Amino acid sequence: MTQILIDGCVLSANYALIALGITLIFSIINLLNFAHGELFMVGAFMVYYVYGVFHLPFVAGLVVAALVTAVIGALFEKFFFAPVMRSSTREENSMLLAVGTALLLDSVALFAFGHEQRGVPDVIPGVMQIAGGFLPYQRLLVLVVSLVLVGVLLWFVQYTRPGRAMRALAQDRDAARLMGVNVERTSMLGFAIGAALAGLAGGLLVTVQGISAGAGPAISIKAFIMIMIGGAGVVGGALLGAVVLGFAESIGYSLLPGSETYLLIFVALILFLIIRPQGIMGHPWG
Amino acid sequence: MSTSIRIGRRTVLAGAGGAAVAATLGRPAIAATKTFTVGVLGVLSGPDAAWGLVNKYCATATANMYNAAGGFPIGDDKYHLEVVPADTELDPKIAVAGAEKLTQQLGLRYVIGPNTDTGALSVAPVMNRSNTIFIPYAFSRQLYTPPAENAILGMIASYEAGPIIYKYLMQKRGVKSISFLASNEPDALDQQKQGVAAARKLNLKILSADATYQPSATDFFAVLSPLVRQKPDLIVFSGVAPATAPLLIKAARQLGYKGQLSTETAQNIKILQQGAGKYAEGFISVGGASTPAIESDYMTRFAKEYQKVAGEWDDEAGTKVYALEMILRTIAKAGPKALTDTTAFKAEMDSFEIANPFMKDHPPLRYVGTGYFQQKRQIGVPLVVNEVKNGSFQTLFVGFVS
Repeated sequence: MTQILIDGCVLSANYALIALGITLIFSIINLLNFAHGELFMVGAFMVYYVYGVFHLPFVAGLVVAALVTAVIGALFEKFFFAPVMRSSTREENSMLLAVGTALLLDSVALFAFGHEQRGVPDVIPGVMQIAGGFLPYQRLLVLVVSLVLVGVLLWFVQYTRPGRAMRALAQDRDAARLMGVNVERTSMLGFAIGAALAGLAGGLLVTVQGISAGAGPAISIKAFIMIMIGGAGVVGGALLGAVVLGFAESIGYSLLPGSETYLLIFVALILFLIIRPQGIMGHPWG
Repeated sequence: MSTSIRIGRRTVLAGAGGAAVAATLGRPAIAATKTFTVGVLGVLSGPDAAWGLVNKYCATATANMYNAAGGFPIGDDKYHLEVVPADTELDPKIAVAGAEKLTQQLGLRYVIGPNTDTGALSVAPVMNRSNTIFIPYAFSRQLYTPPAENAILGMIASYEAGPIIYKYLMQKRGVKSISFLASNEPDALDQQKQGVAAARKLNLKILSADATYQPSATDFFAVLSPLVRQKPDLIVFSGVAPATAPLLIKAARQLGYKGQLSTETAQNIKILQQGAGKYAEGFISVGGASTPAIESDYMTRFAKEYQKVAGEWDDEAGTKVYALEMILRTIAKAGPKALTDTTAFKAEMDSFEIANPFMKDHPPLRYVGTGYFQQKRQIGVPLVVNEVKNGSFQTLFVGFVS
C-alpha cells in the first residue's frame, strides 16, 4: 500500500508539470499544443547535454532547458501561431499547425540528437525506505522541485501583473485588449511560459526516465488525457487531472499486472467524457 | 533443431574467412563498373527508429568498405554496392508501400528488413510475388516455414535464446522461479508467450506470465512493484527495446529487487550505463559480433566504419552485421545469375558455408533453421550471451544454433 501511495504521488507530481504547461497555453490562446511533448523532449535533451555531457550543475541544465524551450515557444507563437490565428477563422487551422510544429520538432530532434536513448546520472543517488515502500532520492528531488515550480507558477499567475494579464486574456480576449492588456505580448509570454514548463518537466524527468528523440508524442497524449480529466484551460483542473492519472496508473498496475490498466483508464475516460465532457473543473461554455 | 552451447570451439576453417575478406579488401582499388543495389526496409523514423537505422547503417558500412576496395567481386566483375532505404514508420501499410517501391519500381531482389513481425508478415506477399529475398528481424515462424521460402531470419530468435539462457541460469545461478514482463505490443507479447512456454518446459516456477506495460511507458515503478513483491529469482524483460531496458533495470533495483534480470534481445552498453549506471551490473542480454571476446580484426574495422556512418557505435549493430555480408557471399558463390534470379540464391543456401569473417576463430558460417522451420532459412549467427560487469559487456558463453 505504501508503495502505491509513493508511486501515485511521484507520478502525479511529474504529470502536473506537463499538464500545467499545456493547459496554460490552451487557456491563453485557445490552442491545443500538439508539440507539448516535443518541447518536453527538447528540455530533457538540454539537461542531458549540460548536466550529462558537459558535467555542469544540474540547476544550470534546468535553466538552459527552460530558456531554450521558452524561446522556441515564443518564436512559434510569434511567427507561426499568431499570424495563422489572425488570418484564419477556423480553429482547426491552428490545430493542424500545432501538429506540423510537433512533426517539425520530431524531425529536427532526430537529426540533431540522433536516435539513441539518452540518460544522465542521478543528482542524488540512493533509495530511502518509508514504511516498507521504496522512494529513490532522485524521485523525491523531482517531486519537491515539481511542487515548488507548480507553487511558483500559481503565485505568478495569481499575483503578478503579467499573470493577471494572462488570466484576463484567458477569460475574454477582447475585454482584456480594451482594458489595455498588450494581447500579442501576453500571448507570447503565456506560450513561452507553457513551453518552459514542458522543458522543465523534461529536464527534471530525464534523470528518472531518460529521453529519446521520439519521446514527444507519448508525452503529449498523456498531457491531453490529464486536461480532458481535469478540464481544459483550468489550472486547478490540470493539477487534478495529473493526480487522477498518477494514482490511476499506480493503483491499476498494482492490482492488474496486464494491459488492463490503460484499457480501463481509456474506458473510464470515455464514459466520464460522455457524462461530463468539460472535465471535472472545466466549464460547459468553454 | 538441436541447440547446443559450444564454448571455445576451434576453427574448422580457421582463418579462411578473414583471409578471404582481407584479400578482397586488400586488392588495389580498381573502380567497379557495375552496380548492385540492396534495399533496407525498416523503421527509420519515430520512437523506434533505432531498430531500422541500425540495419541501414550496417548495410551502408559494409557497402562502404567494399566500395573503398574497388567493389565486391561476383563472377568476373566487381560491383559497386548501393543501399536504398525505405521507411516503414512502424506501420504495416507504409511497409507494404515501401516493399512495392523497392521490388517493383526499383526492381531490387534483395532487401534487409523489416524489423517487426507485423511489418514482415505484411510485406511477405509483395516479396513473394516478385521472388525477392528479404531478411527480417522478426520471429514469426510462418515467415520461414514452407511454403514460404523468401524470408531469411537474420538473427537468433527469442524462442531459441530464451531456453538456453534460462537453463544456464538454473544450472549456474540456482534460478528456480521466474517472472515475465513485456511491452503491450504484438512482437514483445509473442516473445513473452514463447519465453513462458520455454520456462514451463524447464520446470521453472512461473510467478508472473502476463505482466505488461504500455509501449510508450517511461516510468516503471508502478508496473514493477507487484512483480518485485513476488521475489522471483529471475525477471525476464521479453523483447525489450534498448531504450526501455535501462529504465526497467533501474526501477527494479530501486524497488529493492536482488535477483537476476535478463532479456533475449540485444542491448547497447552505453545506453544501459547512461540510463541505469551501476544498477545495470549483472544484467544479462544477447550480444552480437562486436563482443570483444570473439570479434575478429574485420569486425573491428567494420565497427570503425559504422562509427563513421552513424556517428557512434551501437552494440545492437553486432547482431545485424551479417545481413548484407551473407547476401553478397551467397550471390558470389551462386554466381552472377543470382544477382537477378533469387532461385539460384536459394539453391545455393543449403550447401553454403564460409568462415565467419566477424569472429576471431572464424568458425563456419552457414544457413541453419531446419529444426525450427523445416528448411535453412536462418543465418547461423552465433548466440552470444553477455552480462554487464564493471560497466561493460562480458561474454557469459557463446552458443550456436545448428
